[in-house]
Amino acid sequence: MKRWASELGPPLLGIAVLVVVWAIVAAITDTSAIPSPADTWAALRDGVADGSIPEATAKSLIRLAFSFAAALVIGTGLGLLLAAFELARRSVRPLVVALQIIPFVAWVPLAVIWFGVTERAVVFVAIAGSFPSVTLATLQGIRQVPPLYVRAGRTLGAGGWSLQREIVFPAALPAYMTGIQQAWGFAWKALMAGELIVPAVGASGLGHLLDSSQDVAAILAVVAVIAVIGVAVEYLIVGPIDRRVRAKRGLLSAA
Amino acid sequence: MSSAVTRTREHPAGSPAGPTISVRDLGMTRTLPSGERMPAFEHLTFDVEHGEFVCLIGPSGSGKTSTLAVIAGLERPTHGEVLVEGRPVTGPGPDRAVLFQEPALFPWLSVRGNMDLALRLADVPPDEREERAAMWLARVEVDRSADRQPHELSAGMRQRVALARALACDPPILLGDEPFGALDALARERLQDIVQRERVERAGRTTFLFVTHNVREAVLLADRVLVMSAAPGRLLEEFRIDAHRPRKLDDVLVARVVSEIHDLLIGQLEGTSS
Repeated sequence: MKRWASELGPPLLGIAVLVVVWAIVAAITDTSAIPSPADTWAALRDGVADGSIPEATAKSLIRLAFSFAAALVIGTGLGLLLAAFELARRSVRPLVVALQIIPFVAWVPLAVIWFGVTERAVVFVAIAGSFPSVTLATLQGIRQVPPLYVRAGRTLGAGGWSLQREIVFPAALPAYMTGIQQAWGFAWKALMAGELIVPAVGASGLGHLLDSSQDVAAILAVVAVIAVIGVAVEYLIVGPIDRRVRAKRGLLSAA
Repeated sequence: MSSAVTRTREHPAGSPAGPTISVRDLGMTRTLPSGERMPAFEHLTFDVEHGEFVCLIGPSGSGKTSTLAVIAGLERPTHGEVLVEGRPVTGPGPDRAVLFQEPALFPWLSVRGNMDLALRLADVPPDEREERAAMWLARVEVDRSADRQPHELSAGMRQRVALARALACDPPILLGDEPFGALDALARERLQDIVQRERVERAGRTTFLFVTHNVREAVLLADRVLVMSAAPGRLLEEFRIDAHRPRKLDDVLVARVVSEIHDLLIGQLEGTSS
């Protein structure tokens, strides 16, 4: 109980301060362009009540899961390939760095031309926005493997594939996970950008709701949902996995 | 990975039983970051006989660690060659287990997991692995920590696990690269005791070659101590030690050889420092 209070206290305090400042600004300016926290809360309740927000959330999460899974497979595969061949690594790595720098929205026009106004275009934007950082995470992870482990593994009789599987991959995991924490966030942001710009075909995602809402309070409510989902994925899924990987290896400083 | 020698102890029919490790005119030149080329060691020639315990000792910079890395197959010499059971070393292999200065346990595996991986890589059948791992962990007195992760153990315990991991695969040769150099005095003594005991128990089954800069350790453990010169390292002198085991540091013979080697090494340091 006490631990929960000390862990959750400061973040809750931060949110409370934000809401208070927001309420004061809304009260002073008194325009419809800046709705009060109460108005936004009401809009959120309406959106939940009429089913639009839950439906869009579910749709976006499914798209996130699919596109990030694809980005993991493509990004890790390419990373391993580049790690294995030095010439390939030296020639392709700068291109991957360049890909990572391209803003997510720059992919949207291309996606629409290639895939039309479809769900596939949206998923493409999310994959394109996140796989480069998965590739770079893979390369970084493998580069940071301590040489001592490789030497020890080789003297124990590991070599070729068994050296990769038994020594290099597990030793690369902590640095890989650090990159993954960044990569999934890219996937989520790119997905929202894609949904916002590519008009909805069939089911709307959260990004679509941003565009279809004329009401500022409704837009803010959706922004809040997007942020909360981001925080939830970080704190409930990616963060704990990363902590487990580190704790097992003694890489966490004592709490 | 092909190993340079077979794991059997028999010599091929008709061939004479030669030394287990034969170092022939070995030398290595290092390229410094400045681009300057400097010999680490040169013209090193020595044999290690079957079942013998040899310690290679020398001032820092004498290239003793590099020598061991070449014998382990982890580095390539500039000239000369190393024969193990008569065959040239071309790479590392489980016939030459290595104890590094740091324990080199894999941090993602538990103590038991580290043992199991080593036995698996040495092609020990699955039903034998668990039993062997447990037996060896008991021999180095870490059996009660078998399910812990390496980072939860003390430095001395980690190095004992590394020793168990190396010996569990029943290697014909155990190479040690200052394996106890980073330990505190008590942990080091304990490991020295264990190694002395294993030397006696494994008599003939395993050949030991340790590199150290600790003269007492060398005299305590070795049948023969090879003293290397300051850089570039050459073989300076060899001491044969026939004292009974287990040896203690205050044994008269041990103490005498220690002081002799000390004098020799100090002469080396004075010779190079001016």
